[in-house]
Amino acid sequence: MSLKTARKRRRLYVLLLALTGLGTATALVLASLGDNISFFLSPSQVHAQHYGAQRQFRLGGLVENGSVERSGTTTLFTVTDTVEEVRVSYTGILPDLFREGQGVVANGHLDAAGVFVADEVLAKHDEKYMPPEVHDALKAAGASIEADGTVVGADGKRYQYQRGSTASPGS
Amino acid sequence: MHQFANPARFMRIAGMALPWFSVAAVVLFATGLFFALFDSPPDYQQSETVRIMYVHVPAAWMAMFVYTSLAVAAASSLVWKHPLADLWARANAPLGAGFTAICLVTGMLWGKPMWGAWWAWDPRLTSVLVLFFLYLGYIALVGAFDDPERGLKAGNVLLLVGAVNVPIIKFSVDWWNSLHQPASVLRMDGPAIDPSMLLPLLLMWGAFMALFGALAILRLRSELMERRLSALRLTLASQPAGSRSSSNEPGLS
Repeated sequence: MSLKTARKRRRLYVLLLALTGLGTATALVLASLGDNISFFLSPSQVHAQHYGAQRQFRLGGLVENGSVERSGTTTLFTVTDTVEEVRVSYTGILPDLFREGQGVVANGHLDAAGVFVADEVLAKHDEKYMPPEVHDALKAAGASIEADGTVVGADGKRYQYQRGSTASPGS
Repeated sequence: MHQFANPARFMRIAGMALPWFSVAAVVLFATGLFFALFDSPPDYQQSETVRIMYVHVPAAWMAMFVYTSLAVAAASSLVWKHPLADLWARANAPLGAGFTAICLVTGMLWGKPMWGAWWAWDPRLTSVLVLFFLYLGYIALVGAFDDPERGLKAGNVLLLVGAVNVPIIKFSVDWWNSLHQPASVLRMDGPAIDPSMLLPLLLMWGAFMALFGALAILRLRSELMERRLSALRLTLASQPAGSRSSSNEPGLS
């Protein structure tokens, strides 16, 4: 092996070592930051972490079907992750995509009664893109599509098209 | 790889490829934009706003693709001293920054009507903003040294350090709760996007790739010419003043 090749090989090893070290360091930092990087907390996380009143955080989940109550400019609705839920109160104009079954992210705090008082509500969009006709056809066949991309068939079976899972009927 | 290491040979091949890239870019942009703006359906939830996606998503893919190519170039410059690698990185960093800027701006234009906010400090949005600053930082760092070789070397280290951000961008929507929607095309279960919308998206992606190919060749060519010019200047400057004839002045002939 010539000196030049040996030098190239040494530089390659140093580079790979440095990149491995950097990658490990980044992975450790991201792992320890954990949920702090997340944009919002789910209702389950809120219940598990006992968030005290007046502490500002973001809450995210689906607007529960049939939970929206309007009085004047104030809207009351329930955000759910299908396990736990949190009641939310918001005064102001809601984004166009806000509707029942839709994903939302609300920024605010819990009041003494455990109601989440939101200062800001953002609509969350999912990864599904389809023309209205396809959506209508699915609906006409008795299926419905929820905001998280779940297709509920006419037989009541839920078809999960979420990331990471295969397209198979769920519970 | 090393058969392209000779800049003269590379420029010959690149010169032959340039018209093909240019024609492909024009054709693909024409058909892609036609499908994206006219001959594709509105979305069932976003309605016509979905058309922003046909520019936003290809720009985002390009931003990450160009950065990856810069990082690979940085590695081959540091390890194998590939003569074109430094030039590739320096020539294409502004293109990558441009794609990232297009991605950020179109994303904000989409975010306001859909989410209800121009910007949110979401993991995906933040990591793409970091990518934009990495491009700008590289451009500034490379230009900040009197000795261009030292600047390029420092820039290469920055490019490699910043490469950890690329997988973070891609998987940010899977690892953390985010406002940004998860991947619709490159995902485990196949695309979650209707074929009538996937077609314009892929055409626009092809158009962006062809445009990048053409611009990269043009920029690399001017980098090579600039290097030749400064080499000529150095030779001239090292000659004693008396032996210099006016016809040899660079830039005048």
